[in-house]
Amino acid sequence: MLTYTIRRLILAIPTLLFISFIIFLIVKLSPSDPTAGLPLTIPPEVREQIRESLGVNDPVLVQYFKWLKLMVWDEPLHLIENATGWQVAPEGPRIISYQTRSPVMELIIQRLPQTLWVVGTSYIVGILIALPLGIISAYRQYSVFDQVGTFISMVGFSVPTFFTGVLFIVIFAVNLGWFPSVYDTTHEVTDWDSFVVQLKQIIMPVMVLGLYNASQISRYLRASMLDNLNQDYVRTARAKGLNERVVVLVHVLKNSMIPVVTVIALNVPAVFGGAIITEQVFKVNGIGQLLIIAIQSGDVPVVQTVSFIFAVLIVLFSLIADLLYGVLDPRIRYD
Amino acid sequence: MKKRYSLLLGAAALALAPAAAMAERGSSGHLNIIYWQAPSTLNPYLSGGTKEVESASLILESMARFDQDGNMVPWLASEIPTIENGGVSEDLTSITWTIGDGITWSDGTPLTPADFIFTWQYCTHPEGGCAQASSYDGVTNVEAVGDNQVRVTFGAPTPFPYTAFVGSESPVIQAAQFADCLGARAPECTDANFGPIGTGPFVVDEFRPNDVIEMSANPNFRFPDRPYFATVTFKGGGDATAAARSVCETGEFDYAWNLQIDPTILAQMEAQGRCNVVTAFGTSVERLHLNQTNPDPALGDIRSTAEAGPHPFLTDPIVGQAMSMAIDRALITEIGYGAGGQPTCNVLPAPELYASTANDACLVQDIPGAIALLDGAGIVDTDGDGIREYNGIPLRVLYQTSTNAVRQDTQALIKQWWAEIGIDAELRNIDASVFFGGDPASPDTFQKFYADIEMYTNNFAGVDPQAYMANWACDEWPGPDTQWQGSNIQRFCMEEYDALIEELAGTADLQERGRIAREMNDMLVQSYSIIPLVHRGGVSAHAVTLEGILMSDWDSELWNIMDWRRAQ
Repeated sequence: MLTYTIRRLILAIPTLLFISFIIFLIVKLSPSDPTAGLPLTIPPEVREQIRESLGVNDPVLVQYFKWLKLMVWDEPLHLIENATGWQVAPEGPRIISYQTRSPVMELIIQRLPQTLWVVGTSYIVGILIALPLGIISAYRQYSVFDQVGTFISMVGFSVPTFFTGVLFIVIFAVNLGWFPSVYDTTHEVTDWDSFVVQLKQIIMPVMVLGLYNASQISRYLRASMLDNLNQDYVRTARAKGLNERVVVLVHVLKNSMIPVVTVIALNVPAVFGGAIITEQVFKVNGIGQLLIIAIQSGDVPVVQTVSFIFAVLIVLFSLIADLLYGVLDPRIRYD
Repeated sequence: MKKRYSLLLGAAALALAPAAAMAERGSSGHLNIIYWQAPSTLNPYLSGGTKEVESASLILESMARFDQDGNMVPWLASEIPTIENGGVSEDLTSITWTIGDGITWSDGTPLTPADFIFTWQYCTHPEGGCAQASSYDGVTNVEAVGDNQVRVTFGAPTPFPYTAFVGSESPVIQAAQFADCLGARAPECTDANFGPIGTGPFVVDEFRPNDVIEMSANPNFRFPDRPYFATVTFKGGGDATAAARSVCETGEFDYAWNLQIDPTILAQMEAQGRCNVVTAFGTSVERLHLNQTNPDPALGDIRSTAEAGPHPFLTDPIVGQAMSMAIDRALITEIGYGAGGQPTCNVLPAPELYASTANDACLVQDIPGAIALLDGAGIVDTDGDGIREYNGIPLRVLYQTSTNAVRQDTQALIKQWWAEIGIDAELRNIDASVFFGGDPASPDTFQKFYADIEMYTNNFAGVDPQAYMANWACDEWPGPDTQWQGSNIQRFCMEEYDALIEELAGTADLQERGRIAREMNDMLVQSYSIIPLVHRGGVSAHAVTLEGILMSDWDSELWNIMDWRRAQ
């Protein structure tokens, strides 16, 4: 398995280089201009100077290789320096955002905690809801519980978060006044009271996203459970006199989890990617919001860097999902 | 020009609310402001966006600011220099500002002329890409006179010298803090760009780019009793409707900026009684430009240039006049803009001195009149398809604008009215970042104008229209030779107009400048190469408990935040 892992990691390098170049071309060749959002009162010659100072006018390949060198060499060294305090970071330029004129990595580091808090919590909540929902739905197929569960999952899966998010705000923030409609990103949890405040402001985005995640995972689990419930080994287990709890929760669930774990692992990069729409609706300053603002204002370095990090995470978690498969299913061997 | 001392202004503000006379610094507690576009930096020289300029205006200040009526108010300066008081030289080539007594930076060091000289060098450095470089246009030198005066020298006589160091767009930055940040090194100074030291009422405690700014009262502020708020949270992000909701419905915020949302929704929110909607009108006018050159696609690359020749029918003012008469500006304003708009017939609607009244007839829709006008000129429908012909060419126009719900509503209405007078419009909308993006390779920019008619809003910063009115000079046509840069979008050209541009540039007397500018406005509007529609204002909302707001569209709308306070 070690050889397999190493081989996959080496193969990932050309894949990522290719992805980064494609992303770069897509972003560069799309009609975007970092000065487009400025007021019309700023004259064209000043705009041209701004573009010049941002390096927008360099040849595309030069821009790409500049970015690539910074991305794979300078920026990781800066990360190491930040984490350990060792003086390893090189002097000189970093990947600079067009909008803020500050290093892109620092923007990402600043925003990661909010995303992990909100989107990560919603992911865990989603899984916690999905497990019992999927199991019971499958075990009692076509029961009232299954019908209601299916209906809720369908709603959760098909209604977009920009609708549920605003609906939640109108009901719980405007009409009932229970929760704030704007996420306070400067809030710090220090004691019980501030924890309650944090809980109140996080609950709406978490529920909106959790509903979506739970719908998706519970459908996978239900389908997988149904496949297994009709297998011979289940009949054998029952014939041996095992009680239903053991049959379902040990034998069936364990086997049904194999595809579900893959789905969960493959979706983890989306947690880091944030939920663009939901973050925007609740004004959570996460990675998703960073990306959408960057896209709107033609901030190529941010779009490029964030998308590349997503690509790395996706490649990495696909590998993890494959390896987990081998761990969960002894029949699968990679050597 | 009115002159006022900031002390007098303060006194006036106090007189408005006697209760506040007892107020002291920080007595109003905490203020929450929401801008639905989040500031990316606090250095307005590195980003010309409104959100950056206005958020920075709480921290950085300039010699003078503009009040809600467009009058200059001395701010860091002790008075407004004029020819009468000797501050402006007789030959109009220099202006000398005197820094008010005892003004210090928030770190306690004194504000000196060296800071102004540095600011000028910072913004005019060729590698810096300074977004406000046009504030320093024509400035050849900035020098210290004594230890509290700054002289700005211009290369040519400048009748309106209040550009550098005036308004929120060219504030003074601290030389000591930015000394190592000149030119290409500007982006390396992240700490300074995110936490500039200023002279203003607030200091930055924490800045999170594109998210939130935490500020507290400047302990070294020159007025010992102000600002009345102790701390400010300046939140960014979301959308305009959500921002309005957070002030008018949930009450989480005290002030929301730029609420360009459906006027009926905003009116419903205001009716709940938690907020007041405030507006301020500057110079923004939503207008139609009528292409004076031929945009026929068959002409290929030369379309919409001088080479393509004149437009087949839009160069005839009769056609433009009929199109203008058919439009119900009041209805467009009511549907799309609400409190944030007023019908207008002028491309230069303000300040009052410059606003012409010669074109006001357009305020009333007159479809029968438009039909009679076209019939009278012999522009009639000869082939019975419902569309008139001009010398055999049917009056079909391609009418483009940026993608935006209000603009698409306006397009639909105007298409309908033009259909009634026998003019057929094909509608098109283009994503704003492309339309306004200015990419010379794109065929869809507003400068290229590959259409017959286009609609957008333009305005000018400050209160002096000289540079703005010069946009319509004959040599300002965009074209391939200038990478399509040029401000005369509709390709208007008139010798008499160019002569007036010259005359305005050489006239110092304010009344005379007003007369010339009005004449220029009338010449433009009556050429019917431009059809003004709506005079647009800024729309904001503030909590009913907030007092002291004097919203100005001539400056940052937060220009007088030091006088804001919570009602007792």
